[in-house]
Amino acid sequence: MALSTLNSGAEYAKEKVAADLQGKSFDFAGAVFRLSLLTGLAFGILILGAVMWDVLGDGTGFLFDRGWDFITGNAKSRSDEYGIFEGLRGTFWIGVFVVVFSFPIGIGAAIYLEEYAPDNRVTRFIELNIRNLAGVPSVVYGVLGLAIFVRALDGFYPNSLDKHLGSTTAAAGATLAILVLPIVIITSAEAIRAVPQALREGGFGVGATKWEVIRHHVLPYAAPGIFTGTLLSLARALGEAAPLILVGGVLGSLGPKSSLFELEQLGERFTAMPLMITQLAKKPAFVGDWNSATAAAILVLLVVVIFANLVAILLRNHFEKKRSN
Amino acid sequence: MTIETETEDTDNVNIFEVSDVNVYYGDFRAIRDVSIDIEANEITAFIGPSGCGKTTMLRSFNRMNDLIPTARVTGELKYRGVSLYDKRVDPVEVRRRIGMVFQKPNPFPKSVYDNVAYGPRIAGNVSKGAEMDDLVESSLRKAALWDEVKDRLKSSALGMSGGQQQRLCIARAIATNPDVVLMDEPCSALDPIATGRIEELMAQLKDEYSIVIVTHNMQQAARVSDKTAFFSVEVSEESDLRTGILVEFGSTDLMFSNPTDERTENYVTGRFG
Repeated sequence: MALSTLNSGAEYAKEKVAADLQGKSFDFAGAVFRLSLLTGLAFGILILGAVMWDVLGDGTGFLFDRGWDFITGNAKSRSDEYGIFEGLRGTFWIGVFVVVFSFPIGIGAAIYLEEYAPDNRVTRFIELNIRNLAGVPSVVYGVLGLAIFVRALDGFYPNSLDKHLGSTTAAAGATLAILVLPIVIITSAEAIRAVPQALREGGFGVGATKWEVIRHHVLPYAAPGIFTGTLLSLARALGEAAPLILVGGVLGSLGPKSSLFELEQLGERFTAMPLMITQLAKKPAFVGDWNSATAAAILVLLVVVIFANLVAILLRNHFEKKRSN
Repeated sequence: MTIETETEDTDNVNIFEVSDVNVYYGDFRAIRDVSIDIEANEITAFIGPSGCGKTTMLRSFNRMNDLIPTARVTGELKYRGVSLYDKRVDPVEVRRRIGMVFQKPNPFPKSVYDNVAYGPRIAGNVSKGAEMDDLVESSLRKAALWDEVKDRLKSSALGMSGGQQQRLCIARAIATNPDVVLMDEPCSALDPIATGRIEELMAQLKDEYSIVIVTHNMQQAARVSDKTAFFSVEVSEESDLRTGILVEFGSTDLMFSNPTDERTENYVTGRFG
């Protein structure tokens, strides 16, 4: 054959082939690209590390000194008596509102958009707008909350005092629930869209109804993605300060202390962790140790947010494991 | 019901009667004016080049095309004398009687047992426990899979080989005790050994079920089917649009030895397609 005569030629002598195959040339462009990626990563980690170092350095000692008092105490005017309970309580209730309202409404909207809505211009227009809403600055949601939940629903809350209008825990929770709603819808819709069509067809093929296909196949498959997305949006809500300022959060002590789970506080004025941190950071550095108190409060908020993320990861792993065996 | 009286004579009962069926995806006509009668307890093969509409035709039989929002079927498509696209017909009920095996094995991400038990469970006519265990076992036996999986019924179906997964999908399809099993290129993702097993299986299943199979593999059609339908693509000269048409339908022996249409002959002898 023609090939074998070629093979025996000098062109294909073993030494020549070895030289061709083994003579590695250095991929310069590839190395530069890789190095620049690494620089970006290192830069990000460095900044994060610096912030953590600063906060941990300032806050840990203070947190250990004050201990449980710092968590359960009220906002006082002295740094060594200051406690963040009121902020934690507000943040807790904001979380409850997000979980109770945003999650079911958002996941429901996502299921409708992906599984039921016809693929036409109206649907695509709605989807586009939800995406845009997710990018609207949080301050704008604060204005929305002020107009709807504070002004329009004033007097709806039984305990609200006239001079405070409706600046209540409920109004704050509702505002942040609406803030994260588009994010919940988008991430859930994306998780549902990633469910293979073959899985749906398998369900329909053995005579499952649409509801059964969604309940037994689509949602279990999409669950890891839905949980990751929704819980990350919860973390986002817990860290927001700007909308809460507009809704009328208190930048100071709320006065008498009510316990964590008392429902009456929904109609009372509120504060939250991000507001407390804003307030603490503005205190003068030369009276008392406000610097350390600020860092300690940031640490507590970080722990809360990391806890939410941890729950997200655990739930995702749980459902992924369930999916694969 | 009329069904009972008709099935007494099993030799010449038509399970599907298709006349002048067109299937559209939006404005695009995927198949044109197909008329074909498919007999019960036979294996009918659909062959033809890619894009000729054989899968589209198959998916019209259990209203799987309903899942594509733009799909539309015109003409008369009768299953045991009942018009399948009548407004009163519930597609869920249709799919319980007319099961389907897909091109790529698509077991549910559940255990082997739950895959087979799923259909009967949602149909609600089999009680949990011993009755379901028996049904799962008999379905897996019919699908020639029981001996391989009987010790790991509770483990995930996704851990099985492709051939095993496809036989599991067959077991899943027959667990609901359907009348017809539609198979859309069931062996295209499998190696020759797994393919051979599934072909043997089809020969056994046809006593109880009617089978319609779409295949790209002409040897397979020749080996397993009683009747063969050859579909082809017609390209419009003006618009360049491609439409699937039924060229010829007859007994498999004749179709492969002495087809009447030249296009069929060219295809089965490998000169076209």
